[in-house]
Amino acid sequence: MIFAIFVPLLFALLVPFLSRLKHKIHTGIFVLIVPLGIFLYYVRFIGKDFVPIKKTYSWIPSLGMNLDLYLDGLSLLFILLISGIGTLVVAYSIYYLDQTERLGHFYVYLLMFMAAMLGVVSFDNLFALYTFWELTSISSFLLIGYWHTKERSRYGAQKSMLITIFGGLSMLGGFILLSVIAGTSSIRELIQNADIILNNNYLPLAMGLILLGAFTKSAQFPFHIWLPDAMEAPTPVSAYLHSATMVKAGLYLVARFSPIFSNYEWFFIIISTFGIVTLCWGSYMAVRQTDLKAILAYSTISQLGMIMAMLGFGTEIAVFAAVFHILNHATFKGSLFMVAGIVDLQSGTRDIRKLGGLFTMLPITGTLALFGTFSMAGIPLPFLNGFYSKEMFFESTLQLSLTGSNLQQILTQMMPYLAVFGSIFTFVYSMYLFFGVFGKKKHDLQLPKTPKEAPLGMLIPPSILVLGIITIGLFPNAFNRPFLAHALEAINPQAASQSIGFWHGLNTPFIMSLIVVGMGLVLYGTRSAWTKIYQVIPGKLSFNRVYDRIVEQIDRRSARITNTYMNGSLKTYISFIIGTIVLVTTTYLFITDGFTIKYDNLAEISVIEIVVVVLIVIASIATIFVNHNLAALLITGIVGYGVSILFLIYRAPDLALTQLVIETVSVVLFLLAFYHLPKMRMRDDQKLTKFKNAVIAIGFGTLMTLIGISAHSSNWFEPISDYFLETAQSIGGGTNVVNVILVDMRGLDTLFEITVLGIAALAVFSLIKLKKDKGANK
Amino acid sequence: MEIIISILAGIIFAVAVYNLLQKQMVRIIIGTVLISHAAHLFILTMGKLKRGQPPILTEGITSYTDPLPQALILTSIVISFGLTSLMLVLAYRTAKENNTDNMEQLRGKPNE
Repeated sequence: MIFAIFVPLLFALLVPFLSRLKHKIHTGIFVLIVPLGIFLYYVRFIGKDFVPIKKTYSWIPSLGMNLDLYLDGLSLLFILLISGIGTLVVAYSIYYLDQTERLGHFYVYLLMFMAAMLGVVSFDNLFALYTFWELTSISSFLLIGYWHTKERSRYGAQKSMLITIFGGLSMLGGFILLSVIAGTSSIRELIQNADIILNNNYLPLAMGLILLGAFTKSAQFPFHIWLPDAMEAPTPVSAYLHSATMVKAGLYLVARFSPIFSNYEWFFIIISTFGIVTLCWGSYMAVRQTDLKAILAYSTISQLGMIMAMLGFGTEIAVFAAVFHILNHATFKGSLFMVAGIVDLQSGTRDIRKLGGLFTMLPITGTLALFGTFSMAGIPLPFLNGFYSKEMFFESTLQLSLTGSNLQQILTQMMPYLAVFGSIFTFVYSMYLFFGVFGKKKHDLQLPKTPKEAPLGMLIPPSILVLGIITIGLFPNAFNRPFLAHALEAINPQAASQSIGFWHGLNTPFIMSLIVVGMGLVLYGTRSAWTKIYQVIPGKLSFNRVYDRIVEQIDRRSARITNTYMNGSLKTYISFIIGTIVLVTTTYLFITDGFTIKYDNLAEISVIEIVVVVLIVIASIATIFVNHNLAALLITGIVGYGVSILFLIYRAPDLALTQLVIETVSVVLFLLAFYHLPKMRMRDDQKLTKFKNAVIAIGFGTLMTLIGISAHSSNWFEPISDYFLETAQSIGGGTNVVNVILVDMRGLDTLFEITVLGIAALAVFSLIKLKKDKGANK
Repeated sequence: MEIIISILAGIIFAVAVYNLLQKQMVRIIIGTVLISHAAHLFILTMGKLKRGQPPILTEGITSYTDPLPQALILTSIVISFGLTSLMLVLAYRTAKENNTDNMEQLRGKPNE
């Protein structure tokens, strides 16, 4: 089962090779087998007697993290959507993208997304979920920016990335909180420990952060602004990521966590408020768009809001309707996006003001659009699936219990009205979409291209989706028991399955539907009178402006801050680094009372040592004041040889020898280099600079002295050196303990040390020999 | 004596950092050379000085100096030699290409 998730990634490795053949065989034909295979693999799980399956794979055992695959009804619904719509989208893309496009890139991104999305819905571990979640954001970013030469594409890609990653990071924070509260990172176990979480003080914070992730991903108001700009992606991508699957990840998250949070009062308040506001705002905004895909984008936003609201209601019928609508929305919105792509390709424009009367020219496409839009509008016809879930939505708004706080009660009473309000606009934009493109011919119809019916291959994928609309519409109960009921169980284990029926008598929800149709028709008929209002609201109060301002300000300010310290001056960097070390370490040393000095147990002082020490001190200080290359070299040499004498006195003959050899070779090296290097100059620093440098330098020296004395004076641990002295002969077979340590006990260290020297030698060689590239500019 | 060596290491550290803060490449290289000397003395002091014989196992001797700092320093001496030689050549090459050895003028390109 875990293989099914990684199959797209593995296959993506082949795509670069397959795309070389793109002029002979379209790469999409190869890719098609991946989602189709996954779909066929999972579709066999559908059935009345399906029980959740759990498989455990070890991931990071030391952290107690397992990759638990958990397949329940909800995951299954999403997996089938991902693979099913994925198959159709890949098939559609074969005709949408021709061989001149960078097909290799496209399919690699698409497969990456597929794997990521499958991962999001399959894993039981919070952090695995998060990892795949961010991977979907990244692949979405890459796909939106697919035509990266277009400025709008880059803008849209960046916007979606910034908003969804912002949400993703807050979600990670929420996950960490949850896993700390409950002591587990498995979602199953979190649900079992729901009462611990509900009684914790950090519950609002954890839930808020997680919902932020869900709302940004599912384009809920006011984070919806990235979705319309994401429409710069190729149309198959819009149909797939930005309507059928990825944007529903937020819904998946809310559904997944609702067993944990649903007993918390604010869960209902926040989610249903955001959902219903998104529904109304999205459908209202859709009416004033002129770009086909923008209408569809806002329509997606509003439909997502509707599902979100239903998940917030949390009642059995609401959750069932939500699950049902996730499926229905994927069918009709997917087909509509594909239709929009066909219209765009065949007529050369997506501007609804220029389009019209296309039904005669594109009869099949028009028929497909008819089913799609009418299902979306929720027109009461027994073969349109959109009607069923919409009516259940109305019913669920009426069935909310009137208990709880005042706020909750007010919301409960407002819901039916808001639902009808949002649905009226849904009806209006659906009609606007269909009749605007396919309806009455405009007098001055001038299209960039004369539309012809699309090739058959391009019509098949939307036809299959429309077939889905009709099948679900005609036989809703065929999908209910074996499929949707399991998804409902996963969200609300106690829920009894719901029956779907077309005719329940003339009850309130049906009347609400009739009101929607009636009011919708009136509004649609008189739409020219309303255009002025559409221009007033929201007018300048656009969230896009807020976003643009924020991004612009962040850009400017961070550049300003960075430029103050990243100014390219080595001196500044060193001052910052050393200054910070001195400040932080000294403070810490004295806060923790770390400084100790003991005068007992010191080695005795001999005259010769003092002489050498004084010599070194004088020589090293002299390096500052020296102004001549040769003198500097000699003085540095004195320090080096002095140190080697100290090594000798302190019973380290190996060190003394090595130091002597190295010092001698270094002198030769310095001589060679100094011959070529510019002559040393007087230091021309200003007094203040000199003073600052001196403060930093003396501060660092003092700090190191203090640390050295403290290290010597404190005796916290037994030295480990006895081990080396005892075992040098028995396991190393040598009497020179230092040598045994180097070549035997830490042999790998020494090997790497030799490697470093080798690399340095190579670098030295190439730096000397390398000629400057003639073409390169300085 | 350990305290004196600690102070000596501190003084060399201070001088080395002061050299690092200069503009001229040669002075910076001298700074790195000095800083490694200081670090070696610093490590050596931690293992206590002049206790027992050099760590070469001999019959009849039971007290040796701490071999571990010595092994560490030995590695470090060699590495710092590699570093110094690389820096020298880098300085030579940079100075030749850019006709200056003033680090304040070698600031890279904007947006790099």
